Amino acid sequence: MSKKIAHNVKVNTQALKDKGGKYILCLFVSGNLPNSASAVVNIKAICEKYLKDRYELEIIDIYQHPDLAITEQIVVLPVLIKKFPMPKVRMLGDLSNTEEVLNGLGLV
Amino acid sequence: MKNFKLLKSPTGIQGLDEVTNGGIPKNRSTLLLGNTGSGKTILAMEFLVNGIVLFDEPAVFMAFEEKKEDLLMNLKSLTYNLDTHIANNKIYIEEVLINPDEMRETGIYDLEGLFVRLEQAINKVRAKRVVLDSLDKLFYGLDNKILRSEFLRLLSWLNKMKVTSIISSEIGDHFLTHRGIEEYVANCVIALDNRVTNQIATRRLRIVKYRGSIHGNNEYPFTIDEKGISVYPIISETFQPELTSKRISSGIKDLDEMLGKKGFYEGSSILISGTAGTGKTSTAVSFAYSVCKANKRCLFCAFEEAPKQIIRNMGSIGFHLDQLVKSGILTFYYSRPSLQNLELHFLAIKKIINELKPTVVILDPITNLMTEGPNSDIRSMLTRFIDFLKTQHITVMFTAAITVGSIERNPSDEGISSMVDTWMMVQDIEIDAERRRSLCVMKSRGMVHSTDVRKFKISTKGITLLRIVANNKGPLADSKRKAKEHDNLSTSKESIWVKEGPVNENTK
Repeated sequence: MSKKIAHNVKVNTQALKDKGGKYILCLFVSGNLPNSASAVVNIKAICEKYLKDRYELEIIDIYQHPDLAITEQIVVLPVLIKKFPMPKVRMLGDLSNTEEVLNGLGLV
Repeated sequence: MKNFKLLKSPTGIQGLDEVTNGGIPKNRSTLLLGNTGSGKTILAMEFLVNGIVLFDEPAVFMAFEEKKEDLLMNLKSLTYNLDTHIANNKIYIEEVLINPDEMRETGIYDLEGLFVRLEQAINKVRAKRVVLDSLDKLFYGLDNKILRSEFLRLLSWLNKMKVTSIISSEIGDHFLTHRGIEEYVANCVIALDNRVTNQIATRRLRIVKYRGSIHGNNEYPFTIDEKGISVYPIISETFQPELTSKRISSGIKDLDEMLGKKGFYEGSSILISGTAGTGKTSTAVSFAYSVCKANKRCLFCAFEEAPKQIIRNMGSIGFHLDQLVKSGILTFYYSRPSLQNLELHFLAIKKIINELKPTVVILDPITNLMTEGPNSDIRSMLTRFIDFLKTQHITVMFTAAITVGSIERNPSDEGISSMVDTWMMVQDIEIDAERRRSLCVMKSRGMVHSTDVRKFKISTKGITLLRIVANNKGPLADSKRKAKEHDNLSTSKESIWVKEGPVNENTK
């Protein structure tokens, strides 16, 4: 279902070019829990498809870096934080709703 | 069946441990519900601070609502010494910021991040007590289905971590109450409320449920002052104070005589009611004066006249109170009734009593407090206050101003009169265009007392009670009586009778 939506999404490539620079994304996951695992798969697919060569994606396991949970104010997991471009957006969940993700990335 | 006893974690909050019969469930979560400004944060924080100070249990405070600095600022006015506890690694405060504006839901998630943070925080100080204040922020904008199951997971996780926790939430259209979560999950639910009646706000606390434990069911008034929270519980009905048959003089020789020749019982409650200007305060002061002269402490709570005025006025009838005040044997508590609600008055008085340990407490007049709240409240509070004094073996004297006319027209007064042990009434009687003060003992439990109506005389030497001379048509005015007495002496014995009693000055 989500894939179908993704196909119908018109990506505003012009806006993307205007902004310049790379997308800085941070995905916080909780080990290999199912939601986290699918979040990793989903974000990788989205980035490759819509942001090829225009993104930096960091995947952080909160179990390995629990201190980051405080500094980054993590409550919900998994969560994708778009740090650049502004505004900062937190995308909660396994990122299976591609349209919402693209929305959050400002690509729609 | 095994004799299972629910372990409890005392809160150390005055009154709350009595109401909960020992504290909140140990290693479990207690829900604390209440609107904004009802005192949730303070109650929760006091639970933690008491844990540190009284039971050496380190604490974690997760602040969802306020920033750490704001929280510390706001709690500065209370004597919690949070800075010291933070420095000593006894309490760890972490702010959990949730900004719904920057959040988007893109799939299934859980609250693992919060768990990770909680675990770190608990390990940091080896916490035994945890507060999450408050969850509402979390439940804004997030999927309720997920949160509900995560909330259940949180409670059992906290249980597994062996920490006693308080989770606060606003009552209202949110998740906890509306979805009925607390009904089946939480072991203990406490609700706070701040109600305004007649422009005076009263805080109340109620134990909504407490699984596996006896608890008080009522709403209990509570107050917040610089020392923190005090809950004012109703002393249980089984309460039976130790009684004494010792007597204490009323300070008026003639009145003692009317009260079985000995005066009041120690530790009893006494009511003097009467219309304005009948001498209630004078009677009360006379009692206080004799108590102080016997070198016993007395607390005089004035709600009408300022202490200085009382001291000046009573000097005119021979009671020189200023020296007693100076020597510290007589203490005045003066407050305007409308300044705060009745509970606060009683709490303030209770605090002074605990410090001062007086033998006698006088409240003058209690009726002034009566205007500040609904009648039923006042009665129950007064009953509790009397109960409290009885446990402390303190003799208490109330004065009550009643309106001219019958007592039936003043139900509040009637209400008090059934609570007290000794009830005296001072009245103005008008006889042949002469206004005359009178005093009678309406009731006095457990002693033989006179049923006379005595003439009540206030002079520069104090108070005396005189016999009233009457003929069969009713009492006589002074002028007429003198004439009559004169007649009697010279002629027959006719219909004049003189009540038995102390020697009357007028007939000397």
